[in-house]
Amino acid sequence: MTSELLLQQLANGISLGSLYALLAIGYTMVYGILRLINFAHGDIFMMAAYFMVFSIVTFRLPWYIAIVVVIIVTIALGVLLEKTAYKPLRNAPRMSIMISAIGASFLLENLATYLFTGVPRGFPDIRILTTTVELGSLSLTVATLITPFVTLILLYVVLFITNKTKIGMAMRAVSKDFETAKLMGININQVISTTFVIGSALAAVGAILWGSRYPSVMPLMGVMPGLKCFIAAVLGGIGNATGAVLGGFILGMAEIMLITFLPSLTGYRDAMAFVILIVVLLVKPTGLLGEKVTDKV
Amino acid sequence: MMDKLNDKKSKLFLNLLLIAVFAAILILLDTKTIGDAYVRRILNLSAIYAIVSVSMNLVNGFTGLFSLGQAGFMAIGAYTVAIFTVPLEARAKIFYIIPQNPVLAQIELPFVIALILGGLLAALVAVLIGMPVLRLKSDYLAIATLGFSEIIRIVFTNIKSITNGALGIKNIPIMPTMWVFFGVAIISIGLMWLLINSSYGRAFKAIREDEVAAEAMGINLFKHKVMSFSIGAFFAGIGGGLLATLFATVDPNQFYFPVTYNFLLIIVLGGMGSISGTIIASFVVTIGLEILRFFDEPLALFGVNIPLFRPGLRMVVFSILLMVLVLFFRNGLLGQKELSWKLVFDWLSGKKPIKKTDEGGAA
Repeated sequence: MTSELLLQQLANGISLGSLYALLAIGYTMVYGILRLINFAHGDIFMMAAYFMVFSIVTFRLPWYIAIVVVIIVTIALGVLLEKTAYKPLRNAPRMSIMISAIGASFLLENLATYLFTGVPRGFPDIRILTTTVELGSLSLTVATLITPFVTLILLYVVLFITNKTKIGMAMRAVSKDFETAKLMGININQVISTTFVIGSALAAVGAILWGSRYPSVMPLMGVMPGLKCFIAAVLGGIGNATGAVLGGFILGMAEIMLITFLPSLTGYRDAMAFVILIVVLLVKPTGLLGEKVTDKV
Repeated sequence: MMDKLNDKKSKLFLNLLLIAVFAAILILLDTKTIGDAYVRRILNLSAIYAIVSVSMNLVNGFTGLFSLGQAGFMAIGAYTVAIFTVPLEARAKIFYIIPQNPVLAQIELPFVIALILGGLLAALVAVLIGMPVLRLKSDYLAIATLGFSEIIRIVFTNIKSITNGALGIKNIPIMPTMWVFFGVAIISIGLMWLLINSSYGRAFKAIREDEVAAEAMGINLFKHKVMSFSIGAFFAGIGGGLLATLFATVDPNQFYFPVTYNFLLIIVLGGMGSISGTIIASFVVTIGLEILRFFDEPLALFGVNIPLFRPGLRMVVFSILLMVLVLFFRNGLLGQKELSWKLVFDWLSGKKPIKKTDEGGAA
């Protein structure tokens, strides 16, 4: 193993990890507030990738406008999802809400297969993101290079919103105690919608960067990243945005390292994430940065 | 009508009549007097789905554990049947890239033994998985079981000398009669029915209703959860084994985790916590999915091609159905009730059924 290759893979790991982190924040925020695995989050991410394909290839928008349009449309989709699939079941048993989440995810996947066919589409080549930069002996694309920074900046924005703004205070209150927050006059629906807005926006950014890295868009592309990012969120401590980013980094790095050092186990790449999940749930169910919650009777 | 109903004799008569009608239809189908291979295949598939769905309902509907691992346990059952029942001389042809494991290459088992072995292996894996995972609560449990189901599939894709990897195993001997599928279905569902109505079943329901209260009543939570989970896995494995012989081929992609969503739709439609509802829903969904195939065909009305109908629409309709069910008809067909003559007659005479009980399965 040459040191260049190692460095290259390290950079890849960090970049993949930050992509996971972007999606993981969405999972962790929704879980923190609704106590719900938003199974459809990975499919929102998939849809965002398709939106990008259409806005650039079909509508011929310049990339900087396309990015804004995609983020807005994705947010709209995320909020629509919340209003149709989750809001009507606010007081339903947990299992019903989870089935609804699975149904929504399945619906988005099937809808994408129906509308866009299962044939993979090429992700538009955004020159500014796919240019290769030589850093000493390393050659990285701009997308790989900027992804970690984008993630960290967005994490900072999320932390600012949750810790410093009024709506963020409401979010924290709702995640602490749903019922009491409601009694205190917090507009629950507004808080939940905001959560979905943030989550979907991050998923859209993630999809754009993901597409520059793996330029093949298909209806099931969100399934595995979706599950892995939920695992990253659990690893970092569910409900904690910083934890989600940390979890994403660890997971991405672990995957790339598995491929680098144990190439014979590449086939088990997807299984590894689940093994990590199960180990975390058994050893430290609250995750790395999570708080301990006790069961109330 | 109501007077008759209270009469035990006429109830018995109706039951016998119903059984006779079903048996007659099945005999006619099986002797190829009515129906064709396509109809028989779909009915066999429905019977298999009924086994797996009832097994999933045992875990999800009756014990209240949200498990999404059914596809993985089915894979274990299916592969066990596939590996052990393919005739020895046909094996070299199937495992032509990487030869089969020399020990396995010499073992051929009769179908019934391979089927039960598959179920037992699935149950064993379920115990091993269940020990750590069943300590988790609702949604963590869901994602962990789903994860295990994926791990099983990935492992099967990778251990090529045993499972032939992504190529799958072909030439699995098929069964000459529908009675294999329906017989196994009747026995399996009967056994699960007995279990649910035993003291163990009452413990399962107690756990579903309130874990803390159940524990306070002296129910060993862990033991009963592992039991329900592994018995559910056993019958899912049996269902998988039957699936292998029905299709005559297995490959890892048949057990991709969204397969489990089919069973989820079935138990939601039939009613979480209703065996008869699940059986009816298995047939409705399986047959319905076949009928819905026309959605995937191009449709021309009055000479105009309707562009809406093209491949993929069927699954869109299927997923919308699941959403509508869970959003508006959370109790499904029967909720937690079982089908009875009283229910049927009340429904026929337009009487409102007894007030619906709230759905169980809350975490």
